[in-house]
Amino acid sequence: MAEKEQLIIESGEASQPFKYAVGMYGSKYFTEVRDNKRIMGVKCPKCGKVYIPPRGVCGSCFVEMKEWVEVGPKGVIGTFTILRFAFIDPETGHQKPVPYGYGFIKLDGADTLMQHYINLDDESKVKIGARVEAVFAQERKGSTRDIEYFKVIE
Amino acid sequence: MAKRVAIVGTGQTFHKSHRPDVNGQELINEAVQRALADANLTMKDINAILIGNMDHFEGINYVDCWSVDGSGGVMKPVIKITTGGTTGASLAVGGYHMVGSGMFEKVLIIGWEKNSESDTTGAITTAFDPIWDRQVFAGAISGLAAEAQAYMARYGASDRDAARVSVRDRKHAMNNPHAQLRKEISLEDVLASPMLADPIHLLDVCPRTDGACAVIMASEDTAEKICPNPDWIWGTGARHSYAYLGDCDWGRLTSMERVAKEIFKKAGIKEPRKELDVIEMYQPYSFAGLIWIEDMGIVGHGEGPQYVADGNTDMGGELPINPSGGVIACNPIGATGLIRCAEAAMQVMGKADARQVPDVNYAVSTGFGGCMWTDMLLHGKKKPN
Repeated sequence: MAEKEQLIIESGEASQPFKYAVGMYGSKYFTEVRDNKRIMGVKCPKCGKVYIPPRGVCGSCFVEMKEWVEVGPKGVIGTFTILRFAFIDPETGHQKPVPYGYGFIKLDGADTLMQHYINLDDESKVKIGARVEAVFAQERKGSTRDIEYFKVIE
Repeated sequence: MAKRVAIVGTGQTFHKSHRPDVNGQELINEAVQRALADANLTMKDINAILIGNMDHFEGINYVDCWSVDGSGGVMKPVIKITTGGTTGASLAVGGYHMVGSGMFEKVLIIGWEKNSESDTTGAITTAFDPIWDRQVFAGAISGLAAEAQAYMARYGASDRDAARVSVRDRKHAMNNPHAQLRKEISLEDVLASPMLADPIHLLDVCPRTDGACAVIMASEDTAEKICPNPDWIWGTGARHSYAYLGDCDWGRLTSMERVAKEIFKKAGIKEPRKELDVIEMYQPYSFAGLIWIEDMGIVGHGEGPQYVADGNTDMGGELPINPSGGVIACNPIGATGLIRCAEAAMQVMGKADARQVPDVNYAVSTGFGGCMWTDMLLHGKKKPN
């Protein structure tokens, strides 16, 4: 072929918004955080595991869960990383501000880990096992952002 | 009706970071033509096609229909399998099931990706739950970083231990003309490369790649007529462990542990470290080269760093891992798992050229996906009992 140009066609500014149902379990979780600053998990009647985020079924036991349990708002860092590279956040379509602390928080009373931001004011304190506490937003709207981040407390 | 299954041909593109000279269908066709030539077959011989990629990388959702010009699927049964990072390995497992069922004699399996066509981290993030996972998640690297932190805290390993794995794989890639990154690196290079997400440096992780791989499987009825030394599939498995990322047992790959136990037991392998001859592992970052060989049962928990540092997994060592250079040297994501399978098959068939491990009786290939999911295949020279 004589043609040497190898063209790239861009998709442009097209967007495709979605509307996600969070179900009865998700709805209760978000209204409790919004209205009462309470973090609610659910407990499996068979294995006793307390799940956060709450959900209808314990996958391991494959049974329905109905018992609500308040967890947190304190806990420990289960594992974490500090994101230092820039990437496009599909939630916003823009580059995500870095660095930020990405924590897997083991809330008191829960058996699974909650993913959230960790405050990086003092990076040296951000370690596995460090005690942390949820910082709630002043204005809460019923989303994961009603907790702003977790901060190291000890 | 159940049949024994063998791989009788493989084909790969010469993988690169960007292939603007071809579109997706044309890229797929390159791998398909090479696999057919390797097996000395034509499209007329193929009874069904399995094809897959991670569709959010290209934003094309019906690859099974859209690709038929390139795949050879015109007027043939075509099935798409897409399971994230494990796509390529799931395709191989699916092909084994189709041929093993006795319903399809020869199946063409294709994995491909043009990772250059979108933001890889952004696209990977859309594979995770929109409400509970995406707010803080930052693609594969963030999850892997969380795993590495947890492993280091549990066993006291360091980023220098992990860097040794990158050094190994990049050295091995020098022997593989299909690999994308063919330049040796040192421990110091890895540790001095930019920190992406603590403790992962740039040279600890896989690149993003444009590439395709095709594998042809046939049943015992024709495998040995097509190929004098086919690669027999001894067993396959797949395991998932969680719904949301926070459910995971960070620092251990329990899906790998379960699937390895199941396959090795079925094949009568008691000491995988001694009985396996080579492993092609879907190892997207260096720390996995320490953690996951422990979960596979090659060495005990916490013993990975010493085993790797002593050279046991280098070419010429006790159990070479990733003679191809692995995922750290080349990563067209939807093809990556199938490349592991093809490379393991080439080792068994004695077709691995400069990267050949001598006298391979058993090889293992794996697939890994973002939900800490493991696929595994056991390959062998001997026909299974």
